[in-house]
Amino acid sequence: MGDLLTNFLSGPVPVEAYLGLSLIMFFSGIYGFLSRKSLLMILISIELMLNAADINFVVFNRYLYPGHLEGFYFALFTIAIAACETAVAIAIIINIYRNLSSVEVGNLDQMKG
Amino acid sequence: MQYTLLILLLPLLSFIILGLVDSKWSPKIAGTIGTVVLGIITALSYFAAWEYFTLHRIDGIYEKVIPFDMEWLRFTDFLHINLGILLDPISVMMLVVITTVSFMVNIYSLGYMANEKGFERYYAFLSLFTFSMLGLVIATNIFQMYIFWELVGVSSYLLIGFYYTKPSAVAAAKKAFIVTRFADLFFLIGILILSFYTKTFDFGLLTSGDPKVFAGAAGATFMGFSVLSWAMAGIFIGGAGKSAMFPLQIWLPDAMEGPTPVSALIHAATMVVAGVFLVARLFPVYITYTPEVLHGIAYVGAFTSLFAAVIACVQTDIKRVLAFSTISQIGFMMVALGVSGYGEHEGLGYMASMFHLFTHAMFKALLFLGAGSVIHAIHSNEMNQMGGLRKYMPITNWTFLIACLAIAGIPPFSGFFSKDEILSACYEFSPFMGITMTFIAGLTAFYMFRLYFNIFWGKEHKHEHTPHESHFAMAFPLIFLATVTVFAGWIPFGHFVTSDRANYEIHLDMTVASISVIIAVCSILLAMIMYRKESAIPKKLATAFSGLHTAASHRFYIDEVYLFITKEIVFNSISRPLAWFDRHVIDASMNGMASTTQWVSLKIKGFQSGQVQQYAYVFLLGTLVITLLVLFI
Repeated sequence: MGDLLTNFLSGPVPVEAYLGLSLIMFFSGIYGFLSRKSLLMILISIELMLNAADINFVVFNRYLYPGHLEGFYFALFTIAIAACETAVAIAIIINIYRNLSSVEVGNLDQMKG
Repeated sequence: MQYTLLILLLPLLSFIILGLVDSKWSPKIAGTIGTVVLGIITALSYFAAWEYFTLHRIDGIYEKVIPFDMEWLRFTDFLHINLGILLDPISVMMLVVITTVSFMVNIYSLGYMANEKGFERYYAFLSLFTFSMLGLVIATNIFQMYIFWELVGVSSYLLIGFYYTKPSAVAAAKKAFIVTRFADLFFLIGILILSFYTKTFDFGLLTSGDPKVFAGAAGATFMGFSVLSWAMAGIFIGGAGKSAMFPLQIWLPDAMEGPTPVSALIHAATMVVAGVFLVARLFPVYITYTPEVLHGIAYVGAFTSLFAAVIACVQTDIKRVLAFSTISQIGFMMVALGVSGYGEHEGLGYMASMFHLFTHAMFKALLFLGAGSVIHAIHSNEMNQMGGLRKYMPITNWTFLIACLAIAGIPPFSGFFSKDEILSACYEFSPFMGITMTFIAGLTAFYMFRLYFNIFWGKEHKHEHTPHESHFAMAFPLIFLATVTVFAGWIPFGHFVTSDRANYEIHLDMTVASISVIIAVCSILLAMIMYRKESAIPKKLATAFSGLHTAASHRFYIDEVYLFITKEIVFNSISRPLAWFDRHVIDASMNGMASTTQWVSLKIKGFQSGQVQQYAYVFLLGTLVITLLVLFI
């Protein structure tokens, strides 16, 4: 046990650590998406999930195809797209707020059957 | 002769215009348009007749002229429906008859229908009728004829039901339409069988006498008769429906619910002779290939004629008397066609039939218009409300008398000549037929003069206001038609219309003529004794023959038989079970599918909550389930 911890701390960061981090981020995102009431918090949760995915891109590129750069580019693209998506989402949320005077997701049930 | 197309198109145009503007224009303008258009096409028809009969005679035979023909629908290489105009002696004659009577009726209606609600509609329908009837007679092929045949039925329906707020008129219109439509079904079947075997609809080919056309039908039989017999019988049934032959005559008396000028035009002079015209048109086929059907036509015609004449003797509604007399006279025409042969003297019946069609159209229209004039003055159709009208309505009196003399067959009025030719043809066919028809001619004279004396002589009835002679617009057609009735008999008709389109000199058979005139005069005298002054004889006779009298005044219960067959048998044993099946099986299965769908959607609509997070939750669970399935199965 001691050896393992030593190796873990002294050697290069193992892939499991990166994947563990992204796993925690992703499920925090899912939990936040499902449980939070405020649209803003839900948006943040979505961002968290996206970032978890970015980490995965980078990690797999680094460990599986060290000489290549596609994974990094993908991550950069995703960040840019996430920024756009956030802008749109914020715009929608502002409109919702103007109409309903609240950003509670539970109030958005006008499309129910 | 391209201008004949105008004869057809002008009434159509007038119908469209009058139908579209409806009551936006004043009645005067509508009536003027309708009448002027009719006047123009009447003049055109006369000109066409003059040109046709003076120019188109080759080797003594009138050639068929087709000034206009176009292909309309092509089914196969040889089977196609054309629309065109066929001019031959009978169609030219019909053009003259239809336009003349229609023109007179249009003028007459200006007076008779004045101040009626729906005056423009009335004129629109009159134009539609004229258009359809003209289209029917000039059809180049049997299918075009069928199309116009149905159009005639529709316009007849519209005009009978003109007073659509009156339940009896609506019922009569429906009855007329359904009965004739039922007969037209047989007509269509006949057309289909005929065209299936001959591969053509064209009248020119069918009546050309070319045996190759009918080669396809040779030897084909069905239930003991050749298929051609079935086809031609079917076509005749169609004609019998329109021409009110027994047992399809029930609609015509009821059709008298329509305005009287309409009865004159449609139910006396033109539409009801469509059946006669149809048989005449296909006469070469009947005589060459299916003489047994032609004999059947003769017997049906004779029976109908007798049957209707007997009923006419006891009816009290003057329009109904005229209706039954129309049925009886059409029977005469059918008999004449049925007993006729082909060519020269053999074809006497054919010529006589067309001659009678011509003269009958004139004097029967005159009778109806006269009756209309009387009804206009008295405001009643019932004979016992009338009497002694000769003092108040001299023009109507004299013209009506002329028409009565014509229909009774008294020389020198037109009916005498045509009826005499028919009787001669009948005697040549068989003495029995000749005697029967002479007897019916006697009956005709009797019931017509019963009508005449009851209206214009007899006991004077008290009226709310003194009856007066009609307006000039109504008197003019009466005078015109009376003039035609007086002189039409002198037309050398055999010169124009014969079975083989060659010249034929009419000669009176003096024996037949004198016998029929003597019988007619006796009948008239009898009617005079019984009805000229009030007398007890009619009542005594009615009680003496009470069975016959009641049966005849109920029209021999034919309507009741129809009602029994339709209501009790057809409705109960066919329609009701079918309606039950429709409602409880077909409708129910459809309703079941609909209500199941509705039930399911009601149950599952809770899923659509509108809560985004719930959707995401379900989505996630689904993804998990699928993932697990993929991993472990």
